[in-house]
Amino acid sequence: MPVLEGKELRIVGFLCNWCSYGGADTAGVGRFNQPTDLRIIRVPCSGRIDPLFIVKALMNGADGVLVSGCHPRDCHYAEGNFYARRRLDIIQKFLPILGYEPGRFEYTWVSASEGQRWQQVVTSFTDQIHKLGPAPKIVGPVASDTLNLMKAAL
Amino acid sequence: MNVQEELKDSIRKALPQLDVVIGWCASFDPLHATPLFMRSKKDIDKLEISPLNVHNLATYLPGMRGKKVGIVVKGCDSRSVVELLQENLIDRENVTIFGFPCTGVVDQSKIKKALDHMGNVQSCDMSDAKVLIQTTDKSHALPLADLLADKCNSCRYPDAVISDYFIGAKIGEAEPPEIAYGALEAFEKLSVPERFGYWLQELDRCIRCYACRNACPLCVCRDHCAAESRAPHWLSQENNVRDKLMFQVIHAYHLAGRCTECGECQRACPVDIPVLMLKQKMNKEIRDIFQYEAGVDPEVTPPLLSFKMEEENITEKEW
Repeated sequence: MPVLEGKELRIVGFLCNWCSYGGADTAGVGRFNQPTDLRIIRVPCSGRIDPLFIVKALMNGADGVLVSGCHPRDCHYAEGNFYARRRLDIIQKFLPILGYEPGRFEYTWVSASEGQRWQQVVTSFTDQIHKLGPAPKIVGPVASDTLNLMKAAL
Repeated sequence: MNVQEELKDSIRKALPQLDVVIGWCASFDPLHATPLFMRSKKDIDKLEISPLNVHNLATYLPGMRGKKVGIVVKGCDSRSVVELLQENLIDRENVTIFGFPCTGVVDQSKIKKALDHMGNVQSCDMSDAKVLIQTTDKSHALPLADLLADKCNSCRYPDAVISDYFIGAKIGEAEPPEIAYGALEAFEKLSVPERFGYWLQELDRCIRCYACRNACPLCVCRDHCAAESRAPHWLSQENNVRDKLMFQVIHAYHLAGRCTECGECQRACPVDIPVLMLKQKMNKEIRDIFQYEAGVDPEVTPPLLSFKMEEENITEKEW
C-alpha cells in the first residue's frame, strides 16, 4: 500500500473465533470506522495463544500486538480464557525487560455483539502504538546499526 | 566428624537399597568438581563436599525416573527437587535426598577474573575464609566471600527444604529473608532503547550451544525442545541475534512459575551471558501477581497450571 507507506504501522491481532472475531465482524457489518493497521489472526480460543506468539510477532517486526478473547466466564471452552489471562498478564509484565515499551502489547475481552467496543479497542490501541512509533527492530540494518553503536560505546 | 564424613556414612548405610547416589568429587584440576555417581562402596570414598560443588544434580533426576536414586543436595538444588515433585516429573518414593548445610559455592568466572588464566593450577585450599590457589608461577590468597556466586550472597534457603537425611546443623533462619533483586532492579531503571541494545549486544556472542538448557534441572523436554522443533518452526538455523534472544525468551517463559533460580543456566554459559536475569524478572512478576515461589512446597500447584475466576492482582486495561 504505497499510499499509506510510512503512515501505517504493523499491528498483529490474535482474536478468538467465538467472541472477538465475531465482534470485529459485527463492527464491520455495522460499518464502524476503524484504523487499518491491524492484521487479524483468528485462533480457536484465547487459551490457544502461546504468549511466545506475541514475542515472536514483535521480534519479527510487528509494532504492536493485540490479543482479544471472550469475556471471563463466557469462554466457549469454559475455562480457556482464565488460563490465558494469567499467561498474557505475565508476558505483558515481562516484555519491558527485553526493551519493548509496556504499551506494545495489550489484551482485552470483546464479545461477538460488542461491535462498538471493538471499534473503540482498535482505535485506542492503534493510537497508542502510533504514539510509541515503530518498535525497535532486532534484525536488518537498523539492528546492526544499534549493535555497532553499542560495541563502539564499549 | 565433619559433614563430609557423616554424609559418607549415611550414604554407605542407604546405598544397598538404592541403584545409585549422585554427589560430587574432584575433577580434572584442583579448581573444579564434577558429578559423582556412586554405585559401590568404593565410589563413596571419592565424595567431596566443597565450595566447588556448583552443579545442580537435580538435573539428572527426571532422566533416571524409575530407578532408585539417592541425591546429595545443596539448599538451592533441593528446591529444584521439590519443583520436579510438584510437577510429578519424579516419584517421591524413588528419590532419597541427602541434605547438608551449604555455605555457598564459588562462581568460576569470578575465579577466572581473579587469576589471569585458569590453567596450570597446582593446588587449591578452600577450607578457610581465605582461598589459597597455587598456580605454576604464582600463589594467590583470595577471600572466599569475593568468589562466591551471586546467588549465594543472597541465599534464602541454605539448608535443603526437603530431605530424608539431613547431616550437620541447619544454618538457615526459620523465616527466609526477603528476596534481593539488586542487579535486576538497576537494569529495569535503564531506558527502553538501552535495555534493547543490552540484549542485542549480550546475545550477539551466544554460540547457541544450549548449555543453558541442558544444565537446567527443569528443562525436561530433552529431544522435544521447542528450539529444535520444525513444526512450529520457532527458531531458524540462521546465525542472528533474533533467534538467540528468542530462545532465551522461550526458556524464560517455559520456566515461568517453575524456575527456582538455581542459576545453572548462567553458570553453564561458556560466554557468560546474564541469562538468569530474564528468569528473575519472570519470577519477580509471578511473586507480585500470585504470591508464589516455586520449589518450596511439593503439594502446591504452580500458578500457570491453575486459575481463579476472579484474580485479585490482575487489573485489566480499561478502554
